[in-house]
Amino acid sequence: MSESGSYYVPHGSKWPIIATIGVCTSMVGGSSLLNGNDIGKYILAIGIAMVIFMIVGWFNTVICESEQGMYDEQVDSSFRWGMIWFIFSEVMFFAAFFGALFYVRTYSLPWLGGEGAGIATNTFLWPEFENVWPLTANGPGEIGGAFKTMGAWGLPALNTAILLTSGVTLTWAHHALKEMKRIQLIIGLALTVALGAIFMYFQALEYGHAFNDLNLNMGSGIYGSTFFMLTGFHGFHVTIGTIMLLVVLGRSIYGHFNPKNHFAFEAVAWYWHFVDVVWLGLFIFVYWI
Amino acid sequence: MSSVVKDTHHDEHPSGIMRWITTTNHKDIGTLYLWFAMIMFFIGGLMALVIRSELFQPGLQFVDPQFFNSMTTMHALVMIFGVVMPAFTGLANWMIPIMVGGPDMALPRMNNWSFWIMPFAFSMLLSTLWMDGGAPAGGWTLYPPLSLQTGDAFPFLIFAIHFMGLSSIMGAINIVATILNMRAPGMTLMKMPLFVWTWLITAFLLIAVMPVLAGGVTMLLTDKYFGTSFFNAAGGGDPVMFQHIFWFFGHPEVYILILPSFGVVSAIIPTFARKPLFGYASMVYATASIAFLSFIVWAHHMFTVGMPLAGEVFFMFATMLIAVPTGVKVFNWVTTMWKGAMTFETPMLFAIGFIVMFTIGGFSGLMLAITPADFQYHDTYFVVAHFHYVLVPGSIFAIMAACYFWLPKWTGNMYPETLGKVHFWLSTFFVNLTFFPMHFVGLAGMPRRIPDYSLQFADYNMIASIGAFGFGFAQIIFLYIIIKTIKGGSKATDQVWEGAEGLEWTLPSPPPYHSFSTPPVIK
Repeated sequence: MSESGSYYVPHGSKWPIIATIGVCTSMVGGSSLLNGNDIGKYILAIGIAMVIFMIVGWFNTVICESEQGMYDEQVDSSFRWGMIWFIFSEVMFFAAFFGALFYVRTYSLPWLGGEGAGIATNTFLWPEFENVWPLTANGPGEIGGAFKTMGAWGLPALNTAILLTSGVTLTWAHHALKEMKRIQLIIGLALTVALGAIFMYFQALEYGHAFNDLNLNMGSGIYGSTFFMLTGFHGFHVTIGTIMLLVVLGRSIYGHFNPKNHFAFEAVAWYWHFVDVVWLGLFIFVYWI
Repeated sequence: MSSVVKDTHHDEHPSGIMRWITTTNHKDIGTLYLWFAMIMFFIGGLMALVIRSELFQPGLQFVDPQFFNSMTTMHALVMIFGVVMPAFTGLANWMIPIMVGGPDMALPRMNNWSFWIMPFAFSMLLSTLWMDGGAPAGGWTLYPPLSLQTGDAFPFLIFAIHFMGLSSIMGAINIVATILNMRAPGMTLMKMPLFVWTWLITAFLLIAVMPVLAGGVTMLLTDKYFGTSFFNAAGGGDPVMFQHIFWFFGHPEVYILILPSFGVVSAIIPTFARKPLFGYASMVYATASIAFLSFIVWAHHMFTVGMPLAGEVFFMFATMLIAVPTGVKVFNWVTTMWKGAMTFETPMLFAIGFIVMFTIGGFSGLMLAITPADFQYHDTYFVVAHFHYVLVPGSIFAIMAACYFWLPKWTGNMYPETLGKVHFWLSTFFVNLTFFPMHFVGLAGMPRRIPDYSLQFADYNMIASIGAFGFGFAQIIFLYIIIKTIKGGSKATDQVWEGAEGLEWTLPSPPPYHSFSTPPVIK
């Protein structure tokens, strides 16, 4: 499509303003709900519906344009840079939560336990508090009920294996795409989606186990806070990634993509590997050590 | 369904309001950003005048302390996220595609989304002024546990920050993609104008730290509504941890607010000194060094919070290191002017004003970097004086310089020169009248964010308040000049300024709707 010496510029679009209004409506609804106004949940529902409508519509537009061959190599390259830097911003978002985990384990908890300059805090506020990790008590103030921590070698270890395997099946599918083996591509993608779904199912089981058997929830001191925020945001990203994989699977069945033009596939693959790497960090620092 | 624009003379677009709502054109979006920043500048300025009215005399006169605290908090949020950042993003939108010889931004639809988030996010933020419990009043730094006492405004505040963060990240991704991917053939990285370089580095900082702020405020939200203990020592967390997370964002953020100014000044000084910029490569390396250092100095905002000694010393020396690349920059600007054939049109006046007064702010920053000295200065008006010197005659002056510099290019008309100079001299006089006395009251111990003060600070506060009103009214001249220039004036040539060099000056004034439909030749 690329004619030498000319540029591609897309026409105006109504999707961005729909996106803005949808997200803003969701936020206003969510805020009202948090402030205890019941009407908030209806506003939130309308907002989320708008966002879903927007995502479907916007992606549909872009997929149609791509299939019509409107995008030249420069556009493809812009998309790639965009995705790379988006994933970098996601890395930094998780860094904030990992940073919080490392900070409390390295500084706050030892100080609360009386180490170094924390001796006065410990003596005057919580003299009976001892710093151990995982923190089995609800923090020095015992602000919730007693709970048990999540072990690493049951479901979490299985989930690690599942996510790592899904990375392999996705790469297998990518090789198939480059060699134009459409059946292998579809099987590889379907396996990846299935593994993602199994991961999420296990994660849901684990949360049920935490709530019902361990009495572990977001109020379980800093252990519960870091555990649920890190695994929760990761689970959310796996969900998004699985949906994106489903779309790519549908497009592959439909006959989209060729060895030269498959940015969407690669973007999803990068995202999936990013989610995978985050999980390894979670498994090591949240569940294991 | 959109179609492909291959036509060199393609100038069609929807008319009326839909043109602006659906636009994917970098100039339209740049204009929207700049006007948005202008409107917010007057809203944030009005809040500053409420603060200065209350502080005109000791005692409580006009507003109650809670509202006063809301004003300081909202003034900061509006000026940082609603004025300086969108103004620079607007300049980036207008100038970067032209400067690198591209047709438009790399991702034009996302560009539209980045802009249109802003009015909605700020409507959410400003609406909190009318809510139960009032607008956020715990300071823009949102330190817990104080910020957790905010009323109904709290979730609106947090989501508004998420929303504008989303806008900033997408805007920054777009700028990086544009610079890396849309350069005309032959436009190597080391041929790019410094404004493009400083924005590339700024965009990297934005992508790196805005998500960290999003994470930090999310923790605030879950601490308040979902029972987590991130900033609650009784649950094993630590309120000081918020300060670490916040300033890990906050310090790179202050360079996000100033690095594009360096780019603007590096474009203006050579033009009016009629000499090439001295030390181009060292300017690039200095900018990159400042960006690197910005990640390892955050705790100098929290020297008095009770950190281990090793931390205090490390952050003190790392902070002082920043003076080296910044000094390189100031040296290069001064050396560029040395023996130049200088003229002093309005943009040049603002650029020189920037160098002098930003450097004053830099020096007081160096004083604050010294840990033992900071124990005296911390949370006083000395800090207020310091960061207003780098932000008002720093960032804001650079934005104004950029407006005067490129306004003839954008509109095709020359602005009224005499009136521009009047605007500069009034602004410069009043900005110093406002902020210079704050050094003295600060050193004498007047704390910030307090609506009342001890009698001995009365004289300087009165002077500062007079200065603030003078500065505020001087900006009406700025608004008048811009509107007048858009409406008409003597026609500008393509090159506009005698000494101007760069791709933007090869295009007609105003430039065509799609800047370069075919890649220009770079020498």
